[in-house]
Amino acid sequence: MKKRFRSQPGPLAVFYAILVYIFLYLPVAVVIVFSFNTSERNIVFQGFTLSWYKTMFSNSELMWAFRNTLIVAAVSTAVSTVLGTLCAVGMQRFEFKLKKAFNSALYIPIVIPELVFGVAFLAFFSLVHVDMSMATLIISHVTFSMPFVEVTVRSRLSGMDPSIREAAMDLGAGEVHTFFRVILPTISPAVISGAMLALTLSLDDVVVSYFTAGPNSETLPLMIMGMVKKGISPDVNALSTLMILGTFFILFFSTRIQRKLENS
Amino acid sequence: MEDKKIIVRLRGVVKRFDGDVVVNHLDLDIREGEFLTVLGPSGCGKTTTLRMLAGFETPDEGTVELEGKDVVGIPPNERDVNTVFQNYALFPHMTIEDNIAFGLVEKKVPKKEIRERVQEMVKLVRLEGMEKRKPSQLSGGQKQRVAIARALINNPKILLLDEPLGALDLKLRKQMQQELKYLQKKLGITFLYVTHDQEEALLMSDRIVVMHDGRVEQIGTPEEVYNHPKTKYVAEFIGASNLLEGYVTEIEGGRMTFSFEFGKINLKSRGFKMEEMFYLCVRPENLRMSQCPVEHFHIRGRVTEVVFAGSVNRTFVRLVNGQVLRAESQPDVEIYPVGTLVYVYWNPDKCSFLHTQEDQIYDVIEEEIDKTLEEEANVSIDDVLPSE
Ligand SMILES: Nc1ncnc2c1ncn2[C@@H]1O[C@H](COP(=O)(O)OP(=O)(O)OP(=O)(O)O)[C@@H](O)[C@H]1O
Ligand SMILES: [Mg+2]
Repeated sequence: MKKRFRSQPGPLAVFYAILVYIFLYLPVAVVIVFSFNTSERNIVFQGFTLSWYKTMFSNSELMWAFRNTLIVAAVSTAVSTVLGTLCAVGMQRFEFKLKKAFNSALYIPIVIPELVFGVAFLAFFSLVHVDMSMATLIISHVTFSMPFVEVTVRSRLSGMDPSIREAAMDLGAGEVHTFFRVILPTISPAVISGAMLALTLSLDDVVVSYFTAGPNSETLPLMIMGMVKKGISPDVNALSTLMILGTFFILFFSTRIQRKLENS
Repeated sequence: MEDKKIIVRLRGVVKRFDGDVVVNHLDLDIREGEFLTVLGPSGCGKTTTLRMLAGFETPDEGTVELEGKDVVGIPPNERDVNTVFQNYALFPHMTIEDNIAFGLVEKKVPKKEIRERVQEMVKLVRLEGMEKRKPSQLSGGQKQRVAIARALINNPKILLLDEPLGALDLKLRKQMQQELKYLQKKLGITFLYVTHDQEEALLMSDRIVVMHDGRVEQIGTPEEVYNHPKTKYVAEFIGASNLLEGYVTEIEGGRMTFSFEFGKINLKSRGFKMEEMFYLCVRPENLRMSQCPVEHFHIRGRVTEVVFAGSVNRTFVRLVNGQVLRAESQPDVEIYPVGTLVYVYWNPDKCSFLHTQEDQIYDVIEEEIDKTLEEEANVSIDDVLPSE
């Protein structure tokens, strides 16, 4: 019954749709295909091999960068999710002087060019004499991903009926219980969306990381950028393929969790 | 009722929002176990008053006492007061059971006892079999019952209900009115009920507080408020009224003469002074008409309109000064056709006197009369009454 007003697409619409998807996925497909190419050059496909994956895994530098990326992404996602969520709840909950100004101050980092952000971190950390390290890298990632979490959670909160919070307090729950028993379960899908955003932002960040990573904390994106300077080698293709696969899994599971939360 | 303990005492409570006075020096006593209704038009400060009792708003002035203890500054979760919100405010991620148990879990009541009391409540509000459902799977009436059960399970000192039936259709509303009244009687919990539906208020309450512009206009039993309104506002707001403005012109032998622009009446003296001005309020169902003069009443008018309104006949009578009175009579009472010259009278016990005070004259009412006049502008006053 629901589909009554929907008709089958015409041939032109199908053609157009195919074009769109080719446009979106052809470059990605090329990377994946050439990661299995026996030739070292990304020009013709000569034969199938898994050797680039082997090269990649035996590349200890690459593995170290992979480890760094995971640590930075995990820690910065966790920290920015907690901070961003609390920030959103506080912003929603309280009225105070200059609230509008504080509010916009949260959104500005989203629009500031990343390059400016990177330079700012460089200037700041050298001013306070802090050497770049994993810690500075994590701090910078938290800084640029937290506003995204805040915005995501905030929009969910503003759609939430305020009397639900009041009902919890009315029934004897203090601020902490109200948050954990009522508010958090209601906004959890948004918290997960926010966390996913933070995760993907951190995983592929190059610009800010370029300025804030220490000598020992190079991440995968930084490393790939370095490798590409010497021409694209097939092990970079292999690495990219694995990253695409990883992203796909994260996306798949997070949507599943979200859907489950939404339905409950 | 009079000797019942007072459990809530509001004194001189003032609440302002951005400089606007929303609640204006409110005094209110709520007695233990009573069903008290706050009745008033939209925006008169009913919800704000309730929220100050629940602890969601802090009064700018005055005291709020709960069982003799000043509770200003005490957060909602530490007050023995529960609220039923207009939009139910159920927790969407919890089952009905968990919603109802919420307050007891907060109080760390043993699990077994929680289960038993939830079962009891579920039975009381007739929601058996729905325990495992989520709020989104319930109808409006069922949601309302969950909201009530969720509040009542905590045995509050007083239950605050903010237009709990506002979102329900008429039939369900009537049914829930009875259920609520029954629950209140059965559990003996004090109810503070907010509504702007005067019929609902008259039907359910032990006492009614009529609020207007953040002030209490009158507090009394439904009977008192309806039959003996103290202000012109109350008279107009609750039910329809005929308001006749006049003053005492003669006091003699235990009787007094009351004169209007359109005639006079002679009543038993009530200790009024000469020249004292009043509004006389007569309910439409108490207004009678006759074709012959009635002793002590010297008011004449002409029938301008007769409306058959199902259970009653509504007759409009136009007086010499143009004022139109409204009378309602049972279908078995003889009605006079349009154009008939009639004498208007009523049972002197069935009217009330309202002191005329400058600040109690409301433009709205004047406007209404003007409108009625306009509608009948084609009839000039000369047509209404032949010159005598
Ligand atoms: N948080 C607030 N901030 C500013 N003004 C408010 C606030 N809450 C209420 N008001 C104002 O106070 C006045 C009284 O509001 P209140 O909600 O108490 O009215 P009410 O009697 O419950 O009306 P209704 O029958 O429409 O629910 C209204 O004019 C409203 O706009
Ligand atoms: Mg209200």
